[in-house]
Amino acid sequence: MRKKWIINILIIIFIYTIITLLMHFGVIDDYVKLNIFLILINIMLAVSLNLINGITGQFSLGHAGFMAIGAYTTGVLTTNFTLPFYITMIIGGILAMLFGFIIGLPVLRLKGDYLAIATLGFGEIIRIIIQNIEYLGGASGINDIPQGLDWTSFYVITLITIIIIVNIIKSSYGRALIAIREDEVAAEAMGINTTFYKVLAFMIGAFFAGIAGSVYSGYFGYIQPDIFNFFKSIDILVIVVLGGLGSISGSIISAIVLTLISAYLQEFPQVRMVLYSVILILIMLFRPQGLLGTKEISLANLFLRKKLGGGNNA
Amino acid sequence: MWTFLQQLINGITLGSVYALIALGYTMVYGIIKLINFAHGDVYMVGAYIAFICVVYLHMGFLPALIISMVFCALLGVIIEKLAYKPLRNSSRISVLITAIGVSLLLENLMQIIMGADSRVFPKVVADNNYKLFNNHLLISNKQIYMIIITIILMILLNYVVKNTKMGKAMRAVAQDSDAARLMGINVDTTISFTFAIGSALAAAGGVLVGLYYVSINPLMGVLPGLKAFVAAVFGGIGIIPGAMLGGFSLGIVETLVSGYGSSMYKDAVAFAILILILLVKPTGLLGKNIKEKV
Repeated sequence: MRKKWIINILIIIFIYTIITLLMHFGVIDDYVKLNIFLILINIMLAVSLNLINGITGQFSLGHAGFMAIGAYTTGVLTTNFTLPFYITMIIGGILAMLFGFIIGLPVLRLKGDYLAIATLGFGEIIRIIIQNIEYLGGASGINDIPQGLDWTSFYVITLITIIIIVNIIKSSYGRALIAIREDEVAAEAMGINTTFYKVLAFMIGAFFAGIAGSVYSGYFGYIQPDIFNFFKSIDILVIVVLGGLGSISGSIISAIVLTLISAYLQEFPQVRMVLYSVILILIMLFRPQGLLGTKEISLANLFLRKKLGGGNNA
Repeated sequence: MWTFLQQLINGITLGSVYALIALGYTMVYGIIKLINFAHGDVYMVGAYIAFICVVYLHMGFLPALIISMVFCALLGVIIEKLAYKPLRNSSRISVLITAIGVSLLLENLMQIIMGADSRVFPKVVADNNYKLFNNHLLISNKQIYMIIITIILMILLNYVVKNTKMGKAMRAVAQDSDAARLMGINVDTTISFTFAIGSALAAAGGVLVGLYYVSINPLMGVLPGLKAFVAAVFGGIGIIPGAMLGGFSLGIVETLVSGYGSSMYKDAVAFAILILILLVKPTGLLGKNIKEKV
């Protein structure tokens, strides 16, 4: 167990060092850098949505709404009140979490398709309201948000997100969430307070979506309501489903793969979307559980297995 | 007073389109419990087919409407056979995501074929405005067409569902598909038939909107599609009269909100209504409450 821990830390540091060095020596240009940041944001969004959709089995389609709350909190507080970014990020996350609570408490009584439609509706309502508030810049958004996020802080924020969510899943809370996913009625009969756990998962997911939105505005420096529309929610959902509902490593891998694919096809946006949808349909037809299903793979395990294998041979 | 009545007329016109799309949603949901996300895009395809018929093939309005309905009926059946039928026994989430995939596919294929910009729907019907009650009320012949065509289609649908063998099979499958299969009903054919009818109705809605609002574009189906679903849930999903009631009510509420409040919020109001209804009466206005069995 301890060995796995050390290897994980080594891998995390290794990835960080490599990319930092590549950036330092200019091998990674601005365009690649932009895509690395997009990947990190997508990882945060996908992992947090996976906690709601994959682990708890509550089909939410309003993630972009929570992202918008975080993004606009940072946008307003840094430009109009000149608060430091990190404080606005936390406030943005907490605000998104509060909305998650207000929305989740009544809506999570619904099941399946109805829940999906209700959360979709909420996401759209949040966006439409933001769009109509003059103070928030209306449809043209906020343009001059101070940009102060560097690669290190970006990497650390993403890591913290992943670590917290993985630890929640591995805790007794996580087992309760999985029990709810597998059979809500049985979970309730076993004494799990399903409302509490469902709302909790929803709030945590919303919190990190808010953080991701906040990071988005802190990095790009401009936000518009249209960035956070229904298609953004679907984009995140596609990443989660493609990686496998319930697999955090799957979400991470598919966030990387899908962001790279869409960056590669950026010049033909329509072909990109056609391919995107065809891939989506084919995966659902041939592998409805996603690429990894609910399985997890970890680099540490791969390394350890290699070592064990070597030991046996010798 | 007159403004209110005027808004009411406009609302009924808009509502007739929602009702047409909502009928397809509600029938498909009633029979296989699937939110057919691609339904709004079938409506968009319908508008484009009519556009092509009128502009490139120089047809009149009625032939274009009928061709578009037939084409979309086929499209609906093809979508069902290719994308939804293989997933009959999978989890609901994977079917819903396939539906989202089909929706994105139709939108983007149409953008590639016809371009992403809005097109002007040709004037196939001469503009005529009728002034009633000393110019207090204004009703255009297009509005009259829309309402009349919608009512004719609804009467036809009602006849098919109530009085034909296929309609009986549809109702039986919606009740209990396994029992229906045991009774010798071909469930697959029945489902395909449901998709065909629903898609044809959506196509009619698309053509009428093209006629009324003059402009069509590849993403025109997204919002009306979602709102038609709201309408279907409003009336009680799976119930055909419920979809009509929901469609007309939503259209009227929306025009009243844009007339008296702000048109910016009309989309938000639709979703707010949906959420309220789901919370208060999850089975919709005309729905019966069915207890979940464990």
